[in-house]
Amino acid sequence: MTKIRCKTSKEIGGMGHSMKRKEDARFIQGKGNYVDDVKLPGMLYMDIVRSPYAYAKIKNINSEEALKVPGVVAVVTGRDLEKYNLHWMPTLMSDTQMVLPTDTVMYQAQEVAAVIATSRYAARDGKEAVMVDYEPMKPVIDAHKSLDADAPILRPDKEGKTDNHIWHWEAGDKEATDKVFNEADVVVKQDMYIPRIHVASIETCGCVANYNKVDNHLTMYMTTQAPHAIRTVIALVAGHVGLTEEKIRVISPDIGGGFGGKVPVYPGYVIAIAVSFLTGAPIKWIEDRTENLQADSFARDYHINVEMAGTKDGKIQATRFKVLADHGYTDASANPSKFPTGLFSIGTGSYDYNNAFMEADAVYTNKPPGGVAYRCSFRVTEAVHAIERITDRFAMEVGKDPAQLRMENFIKKEDFPWKSPTGWEYDSGDYHAGLKLAMDTVGYDDLRKEQLEKRAKGEWMGIGISTFTEIVGAGPSKDFDILGIKMFDSAEIRVHPTGKAIARFGTKSQGQGHETTYAQIVAEELGIPAEHIQVEEGDTDTAPYGLGTYASRSTPTAGAAAAMAARKLREKAKKIAAYLLEVSEEDLEWEPGKFFVKGAPEKVKTIQEIVFASYTNHPPGMEAGFEATHYYDPPNLTFPSGAYICVVDIDPETADIKVRRFVAIDDCGHIINPMIVQGQVHGGLTQGIAPAMYEELIYDEDGNILNGTLMDYLVPTAVESPNWETGHTITPSPHHPIGAKGVGESPTVGAPPAIANAIVDAVSHLGIKHLDIPITPFKLFKKLKEVGAIS
Amino acid sequence: MKTNVKITVNGTVYEREIEPRMLLVYFLREELHLTGTHIGCDTSSCGACTVHLDGKALKSCSMLAVQANGMSVTTIEGMANGEMHPLQKGFHEEHGLQCGFCTPGMIMTAADLLASNPNPTEHEIRESLEGNLCRCTGYHNIVKSIQHAAKEMQS
Ligand code: FES
Ligand code: FES
Repeated sequence: MTKIRCKTSKEIGGMGHSMKRKEDARFIQGKGNYVDDVKLPGMLYMDIVRSPYAYAKIKNINSEEALKVPGVVAVVTGRDLEKYNLHWMPTLMSDTQMVLPTDTVMYQAQEVAAVIATSRYAARDGKEAVMVDYEPMKPVIDAHKSLDADAPILRPDKEGKTDNHIWHWEAGDKEATDKVFNEADVVVKQDMYIPRIHVASIETCGCVANYNKVDNHLTMYMTTQAPHAIRTVIALVAGHVGLTEEKIRVISPDIGGGFGGKVPVYPGYVIAIAVSFLTGAPIKWIEDRTENLQADSFARDYHINVEMAGTKDGKIQATRFKVLADHGYTDASANPSKFPTGLFSIGTGSYDYNNAFMEADAVYTNKPPGGVAYRCSFRVTEAVHAIERITDRFAMEVGKDPAQLRMENFIKKEDFPWKSPTGWEYDSGDYHAGLKLAMDTVGYDDLRKEQLEKRAKGEWMGIGISTFTEIVGAGPSKDFDILGIKMFDSAEIRVHPTGKAIARFGTKSQGQGHETTYAQIVAEELGIPAEHIQVEEGDTDTAPYGLGTYASRSTPTAGAAAAMAARKLREKAKKIAAYLLEVSEEDLEWEPGKFFVKGAPEKVKTIQEIVFASYTNHPPGMEAGFEATHYYDPPNLTFPSGAYICVVDIDPETADIKVRRFVAIDDCGHIINPMIVQGQVHGGLTQGIAPAMYEELIYDEDGNILNGTLMDYLVPTAVESPNWETGHTITPSPHHPIGAKGVGESPTVGAPPAIANAIVDAVSHLGIKHLDIPITPFKLFKKLKEVGAIS
Repeated sequence: MKTNVKITVNGTVYEREIEPRMLLVYFLREELHLTGTHIGCDTSSCGACTVHLDGKALKSCSMLAVQANGMSVTTIEGMANGEMHPLQKGFHEEHGLQCGFCTPGMIMTAADLLASNPNPTEHEIRESLEGNLCRCTGYHNIVKSIQHAAKEMQS
């Protein structure tokens, strides 16, 4: 494992120190401030009536009885919002989504009406009393049937729409790739489904909208990972009723887990704003878990056909991907506008070959909208699953050990920066080192021997590998934007006269530990102890503009901005030190926390002395004070990677699957805080085992969700989660100011194929070549029965 | 129709007039403003709402406040006694929390475990946490945090 070297002392606590988290104190004492903890005078509560049908006409909504319920003050319908033209809103993909419907509901659990009351209980009573008369229609649930000639056209509201097709996307060179396929020795193909899943952060979504009529000002407390972007969206949606951007303050308080599910604008937020705007009262809306699982943004739902072509001795030559993407009734993903499939085109993987072609078609169905995230919003997980599964299939076909085959096909360390067949420039990597370390850690050769011995005795164990390349840190502004706003991010550092600082950012932590890691970056650059750097995020009135925290972008963008802003300050510090020491700047040398005169270390000014001088005795002609802001626009994305090995044991009678070991070697470049990175990896791996073995949102043919509660949707507990074994290699990003790459997503992206490959490996000798995730014991049992391996 | 309850919470006696259907978790959060006890589900699955009732861990979303009448409740706010509880320290030291939303419930469940089993095995710790979901940490460091606390409490 590469050793982490610290340039600063423990007291300063810069990069590489496993500093304990600054944010913990309030959380372990029950003093966090989550949105449901916000309580304002005169606050009213909102609950939402939801559709029991996946597709139905609304014939009538009768609120009479609801309005009689003690405490209920109003019932709001789509017709009410229509008067203000607030019944539809844009999605982040420039599609449109209903806030509340006027005529038709498009999925089960869709918002139909809102009940406002003086207490949570009264609002729920009112909701039960709202009578809605529906005329159910036959929904489109199966994405494969959505383009059938007899499928109903789900979005007639969109001008000129004659089918349920949303968009077509392509990447790579079709002709050249087809040619390689036609001439290849070996071609393997696999259909796979990456199922619809849900982030299920333990805190659900919610808000308190507080519109003040006198000042014409809205304060919006909400569970959002991107407060600034939300402010702009609100201004775009509500500007026409006088709510312009300077009149809007979005506060994202402590967030109880996000994982991408708190990026979108859900109808509940907009209704709360509208009602607060109309009544002048603060409106609290907190969805319950069932609503959260059934209506909030899903992730994945990609049907993929993947093919690999290669030589019979195992050289990969080309890949082809064909995707059918189920977006529900509107495209409400959160991709940069040029990338409707996000960064799916990273799917060529960690392997050195030149030909690939990918295409995707997206369709509407009567399911909830989303496609946003589950700890990876930009479709990297889907792509990595496809390439890592097909690589194993190819190895099986040519009769090579999957580790060996990967080693032989990896892009070499010296070939970076490496241009991928779909146009990405991978910044750096050392894939051989990562896989070697993972194999040594797990004891790969011994495991293979054990497997052979066990097979001879009729016992089944499997070893699965995933060696993935991630793509994060969106992104360079030439290509990346959300609704036209470029995906830079920001940092502002103010150092007070006594040498203590406040630093503010355009991102928003949801548990990632920014209050600690950003302080460490500033400490690294300025030598001010991290202890004395207060980090703030999430208040649009005070923080500099940024695009928020998701897709592992905080370290690559705002983390870089922190370093750049601190470097501006260090330049200023140098000038002040030269002035104070009466030498020229060239004569000075920096050591964390101080400038001293070269060759005369006793002539020294500490950063604290320099900062104090900037307020009390600054050089003539220089601006007073010690502040800097930086908006960082990354020159490229960053490309973290990982080598994961999973070992499973399978009960030959019950098909019960036990993860015996899981070794995860990550390379996220330079590490800011090893403890926090390791924690991120543990959490991400658990969100990798979840879709691989447990989680899937299941719908019947009428569009009823069959597992829409936390009792049926199986989030892994401490019992199912293995003891994770983690490690790292360090290949710094050459273009990032501190050489970091981002890590949050990697384990969730990399783990599922390692697990799937392990399970398939365990039963491959029985003729099983593929299993779709989640691989439950029941699914495996059925398959084993099918091949006659179990009776 | 409202009813009177008298419940001791973190050592202080509170008398309130409440609706009989009010859940204990809302009583704590809305009536007493003890917002450290969280709500993460509506099916008694997540354990974010775990408190102690007469010393035993219990999901406060799964009982009515009136059922706690005359009883004594401890919430996360009552865990530190002048200094932090060893579990609070353990979670900080071992990075047993990320977003912090599950943390109060985890600490309350673990405190109950350690009261009856001061030196649990890893397996016993994991089993005892089965009713508490965490979406951030993967449980790995939560287990370590509880082991850390167990050690401190024994020494
Ligand atoms: S709130 Fe989930 S168990 Fe009580
Ligand atoms: S720390 Fe976030 S749910 Fe456990």
